[in-house]
Amino acid sequence: MGELSKVESRTQVLEGSEHGFATTRVDALLNWAKKYSLFQFPFVTACCGMEFMALAGPRFDMARFGAEAPRFSPRQADLLWVVGTISQRQAPALRRIYEQMADPKWVLAFGTCASSGGFYDNYTTVAGIDKIIPCDIYVPGCPPRPEGVIDGILLLQDKIARGDRTPGIVKPRTDPATDEQALVTISKKPGGRR
Amino acid sequence: MSQKVLDLLQAKLGSGVVETHSQFGDDTAVIEPARWREAALFLRDDPRLAMNMFVDLCAVDYLAMNVEPRFEVVCHLRSLQHAHRVRIKARVGAEDGTEAELDSLVPVWRGADWFERETFDMMGIVFRGHPDLRRILMYPEFVGHPLRKDYPADKIQPLVEFREGTQGKLAPFGPDEGMSFGRQTHDYSRGEN
Repeated sequence: MGELSKVESRTQVLEGSEHGFATTRVDALLNWAKKYSLFQFPFVTACCGMEFMALAGPRFDMARFGAEAPRFSPRQADLLWVVGTISQRQAPALRRIYEQMADPKWVLAFGTCASSGGFYDNYTTVAGIDKIIPCDIYVPGCPPRPEGVIDGILLLQDKIARGDRTPGIVKPRTDPATDEQALVTISKKPGGRR
Repeated sequence: MSQKVLDLLQAKLGSGVVETHSQFGDDTAVIEPARWREAALFLRDDPRLAMNMFVDLCAVDYLAMNVEPRFEVVCHLRSLQHAHRVRIKARVGAEDGTEAELDSLVPVWRGADWFERETFDMMGIVFRGHPDLRRILMYPEFVGHPLRKDYPADKIQPLVEFREGTQGKLAPFGPDEGMSFGRQTHDYSRGEN
C-alpha cells in the first residue's frame, strides 16, 4: 500500500511467421482502459481547491494521466475528488453524490481535511470522508503539493490495473521527522530586508 | 474619543446604563436588558449620535467565571456622519442557560438579522421580536448550541450514519503508514477519565 507496484504485463505479443498476435485478458484490458480514462467529479469545498486548480492547469497538467475531463454530473464521473473540509452539514450531499456515481467509481481524498478532518477536531467537521463513503486514495498535505497528488493519481491507476480496492496513502518520499537533513530550517539572511 | 456618546446615553437612560468604560479609544456601555431596544433606538435616532451603521453582534459565555448573568451580548455600532463608534452590551441568562432572552434589534437595523440568528445558533440567545429566528450555520437537526461552554468539545451530531468499521477519528492505516509524526495527536484519552 502506498507504493507503486511493478505490474508484470499480462499482455504478450507473440511473433508469428507472417502475422504476429497478442494474448491478453479481458479484465486486464478493461482495467487498462479504465485507468487512463478517469472522468473526474471535483467536490471542491475549501482552500485545497487552489492547489487543485494548479494541478489541472498547464504547469502540472493532470491531462497527461488521462484524468482530464471534469464532469459536473456525478452520473458521468468515475473519480470523485473530495477537495477540502467536509462539514457534517455537507455530509448528506457528499454521500448522495457518491451514490449517484455509476460503477466503477473511485474516491480520492485530497488533503488532510478530507482524509482525517485535519485540525478541525470539533462539532462541525467530519473527521475524514472515509467515515461516510469508501475512499481509495488519501493524499496528505495542507494543501498537498501537486506532485503529491500526481503520486496519488499514479497510485490509483496502479490500483485500478491490479483490481485492488484497499485504501492507499501517498507517502512522502522522505519522512522529515526521521531525516534531520530534510528538516526545513529557517534562517534570516544577514542584512536582508525583513 | 467619543466620551460624548456615553455621556448622552447616560443622560438619556439614567439607571438603564449599568456601567461604562473607555479604553484605547473604545467606549463601552452596559445596558439594562429591559431597555436594550430603547437604547438602540436612541442611538440611531438622536441627531447627535446618528448610529446609522450596525457593525457586529455576538455573545460571550462567562460560564464558571462567577459572574451573573451568564451571557453578555455585545453589539458594535458606528456613525458614518460623526465618525464615532460605540460598543453596547447586555447581560442576560441564568447559570443553567435559560432565560437568555433579549429584544431583537432587527426593527432598528435590518443588518442585525443574520447576526442575531448566528448568536441564537451558536449561543442560544433568544431574540424577542426577531422575524425569522432559525439556525443559520448549523443544521436544523442539531441539538444544543455549540459555542456554549458547557457543550462538550468532542461531541458531534452526524447527519449521515458513519460506515461500519470506521475506527474513531483515525484513518484506516497502520501506525507505520503515512508520516511518523502527526498520528499521535489523537491518541490522548479524552473525556471523563
